[in-house]
Amino acid sequence: MRLELRGITKRFGAFTANDAIDLVVEPGQIHAILGENGAGKSTLMNVLYGLYTPEEGEIVVDGVPRTFAGPGDAMAAGIGMVHQHFMLVPVFTVAENVVLGQEPMARGLIDAGSAATVVRETAESLGFHIDPNALVGDLPVGVQQRVEIVKALSRKAELLILDEPTAVLTPQETDELIEIMRTLAASGTSILFITHKLREIRAVADTITIIRHGRVVGTAEPTTPETELASLMVGRSVSLGVDRAPAQPGEPGLAVRGLVVRDAHGVPVVDDVSFDVARGEIVAVAGVQGNGQTELVEAILGVTTPEHGSIELAGRPIDGLGVRDRLDAGLAFIPEDRSTDGVVGEFSIVENLVLDRVGAAPVSRGGALDVAYLRRNAAERVAEFDVRTTSIDREVGTLSGGNQQKVVLARELSRDLSVLVASQPTRGVDVGSIEFLHRRIVAERDKGAAVLIVSTELDEVLALGDRIAVMCGGRLVGIVPGGVSRDVLGLMMTGMPPEEAARQAAEHHTLLGEADLAAELQAPDGEPAVVQDGAVVQDAAVVQDASHESEEQR
Amino acid sequence: MTATLDAPTPAAATAAAALPAPPPAYRTPIVLAVLAVVTAVMALATPAGATNVRISTNTDLFQIPVFAVPGRATAWLLTVLVLAAAAYAFVLARGRRRIPVWVIVVAGVCALLALLVLISAGKTQVVPVTGLLAGTLFLATPLVFGALSGVVCERVGIVNIAIEGQLLAGAFAAAVVASMAGSAYVGLIAAPLAGVAVGALLAFFSIRYQVNQIIVGVVLNVLVVGLTSFLFSTVLRENPQLNSRTALPTLPIPLLSEIPLVGPVLFRQNLLVYLMYAIVIALQILIFRSRWGLRLRAVGEHPKAADTVGIDVNRTRWRNTLLGGAVAGLGGAFFTVASGLAFGKEMTAGRGFIALAAMILGRWSPTGAVAAAVVFGLSDQLRILMATLAVPVPSQFLLMLPYVVTILAVAGFAGKVRAPAAEGIPYVK
Repeated sequence: MRLELRGITKRFGAFTANDAIDLVVEPGQIHAILGENGAGKSTLMNVLYGLYTPEEGEIVVDGVPRTFAGPGDAMAAGIGMVHQHFMLVPVFTVAENVVLGQEPMARGLIDAGSAATVVRETAESLGFHIDPNALVGDLPVGVQQRVEIVKALSRKAELLILDEPTAVLTPQETDELIEIMRTLAASGTSILFITHKLREIRAVADTITIIRHGRVVGTAEPTTPETELASLMVGRSVSLGVDRAPAQPGEPGLAVRGLVVRDAHGVPVVDDVSFDVARGEIVAVAGVQGNGQTELVEAILGVTTPEHGSIELAGRPIDGLGVRDRLDAGLAFIPEDRSTDGVVGEFSIVENLVLDRVGAAPVSRGGALDVAYLRRNAAERVAEFDVRTTSIDREVGTLSGGNQQKVVLARELSRDLSVLVASQPTRGVDVGSIEFLHRRIVAERDKGAAVLIVSTELDEVLALGDRIAVMCGGRLVGIVPGGVSRDVLGLMMTGMPPEEAARQAAEHHTLLGEADLAAELQAPDGEPAVVQDGAVVQDAAVVQDASHESEEQR
Repeated sequence: MTATLDAPTPAAATAAAALPAPPPAYRTPIVLAVLAVVTAVMALATPAGATNVRISTNTDLFQIPVFAVPGRATAWLLTVLVLAAAAYAFVLARGRRRIPVWVIVVAGVCALLALLVLISAGKTQVVPVTGLLAGTLFLATPLVFGALSGVVCERVGIVNIAIEGQLLAGAFAAAVVASMAGSAYVGLIAAPLAGVAVGALLAFFSIRYQVNQIIVGVVLNVLVVGLTSFLFSTVLRENPQLNSRTALPTLPIPLLSEIPLVGPVLFRQNLLVYLMYAIVIALQILIFRSRWGLRLRAVGEHPKAADTVGIDVNRTRWRNTLLGGAVAGLGGAFFTVASGLAFGKEMTAGRGFIALAAMILGRWSPTGAVAAAVVFGLSDQLRILMATLAVPVPSQFLLMLPYVVTILAVAGFAGKVRAPAAEGIPYVK
């Protein structure tokens, strides 16, 4: 299919999410759309898929202008979409999900046989196998994604939209997805591939369109260096690399011993996890989302009660302590979801900066808040942490993700702390702020804090971790030195022990791993590889330049 | 590139690691064990002597004479059966397998029969088993209709607390229209329409205005009670001819109704009960195997997924909420035309809520709802029997029996069931 978007404009009230976007996708082309979080990529795809109606512009399919009143129209025109959050019914079988909305009928009832055949044949044409009778909820996310692809193709999709498809995948699963994408493109299906990950784009795309602040700001070839793509995406010159002194581990900071946490169904979600974090080092926990990381940090904070095990802070057991006492003992905590757990969106910056300290001096005196102190504190923190805002009285909910996260960090780091636990510290944060947040975290380490980072982004894990712990299915698979290859981490994320993972990774490189290796051998121009612990670390997509641009959205 | 294809697939490892087996859940076996203990206590308390049982009716093909069943032995046999159900449930739970609804139903029925033996042993009155079972089925009828209405509405994502109101509206409409037309059958047409009207209000507020569905349901129940009571004490009192007793005739099905025991119970009922059979079978098949059912369930589980394949979520919800209202309204006809009674104030007496419990206990499936409704119907029937056997228990306590059984059933067995995921959540794009 040849798809052409002409001048697509979509507004939400006064906010323009897409501003006169032009785009052409040729048949059989893998067309990547690159942009930061909030750049308007998902809005554009929802317009294309009929979920939103654009204010201006037209969608032209194979030369014919079309209007889509709903996803049904888009599908009828041959457009299929794999959403970031899968549109699958977990309690249905694969076959039921695939045929939903276009069920094959026999004698008044659904023809289960031909539904299963559709699944099998479509999957086989892409080179994999799926059991049509498996319940979708029982399948790993990588397989669920394939069900989504089969679902789209069984509707005769000639253009497939993939919205951030690799966010939930291990590197090995990402590889398999790339294979599927290539197979599809070779058979003539056009693919729109949405991402903010530079490495994947270079590995798979035929052509790249870059979107910033709702506008197309340029197109690029996949051969374009990562730094150049990043500059286009962020809007200023950036350089990639990690700048960080080796760790100086000191006395014990955080110790976790035999921790077991069960969920509401009694399933162990953290299963016998033990590790230490010394003061002056960063331990990064890697793993695919939902493998026990959330429960682990909640148990450390004290909002979840573990079934077994103990937690020590600076050598002192804190198992009997509540959240308040743990914070007072020197624990700082950055939650994974800042909008629900990190800030109160309707409160001002001033108020959010002291949320955890309102009970005591200097924040309150004689039972009343010391407003003068609060304002002074806010002004200082906003300056120190470079929070971009028009006023310290602004509601935090109106700030961009990066600035909200800076407020959280400013609050947590403005106390004396011995242990910092940060969960997804840069999720949904613009590239410019990521580097700042990372530098602050490293600075806390250098001041002597024990730092535990939980991240599902391998780039972040590699950028920050002095040691890297990998979790899978609630278990700690192993702890490896920082700077280990992403192939090894990827295999460990599937539960493979470190030695086995290292052996297999040496035998088979993933596509992205091969790209790394090639870059290492060629010693890319102007990009110094930082050698650490004998391993090459040069892949972290961290933007070095801190000259921030306006990040405030809406 | 080929190397990567040969690489071991991590999918299997991920699947194994991501899905650790949950620990066994012993709640249901424990509750069943407690029930076995209760049954054993009843067996201990059973007086010596026999229960006289009659299972034949005059029209059967052949006659089985009245015979005596030894009370204590029967009570102990029933205890063993409950114990067996508990043991089976325990084995299933240990193997982490689902405990089917029928195990719970068998145990409940055995416990209730033990109660029957307890109160009838050593007495001269004859226990008419056929009449008892036929009465059970008959009393279960409004519960089945109400529960089916709940299944349809909740499967599509709309919580239907208004079943009580729909039953009452159906009862009222059936009585009045049948009286006006002079035919009970016309009442059967009016009843579902009244249920649809209540369902339309539920849909209007919960879909169009996204009002909390539980609150809308409760308010609708109050509205229907108020409205029918008002009309009853004004219009119907002044015009008694509008609320006369019309009864659906019993329609014995030739041959089938002459089978001993089964015949009189299942096939000597009125049209409403036969309609119930048809609707249960149809819904059981259609909900799980038809296009309508698949879309219905998709909308109730993951409305956005349904939307992205071109299913109009809110239209689907509207239609099926109306359908659910019609089913419950038809069930309302039980109270008036099917029972041969005139309409009375608040005559549904909370059956709508028991129907809701039957739906939950039956795990949102039509056949499960029937099984659960039969347990409740039996407890209702026992209440009537205990009154005729002159059991020395205050009648108020007897009246409580069906509700006590409801609370025990829902608290003891319904803990693990899973409601449709999007139930009660309005769909906004």
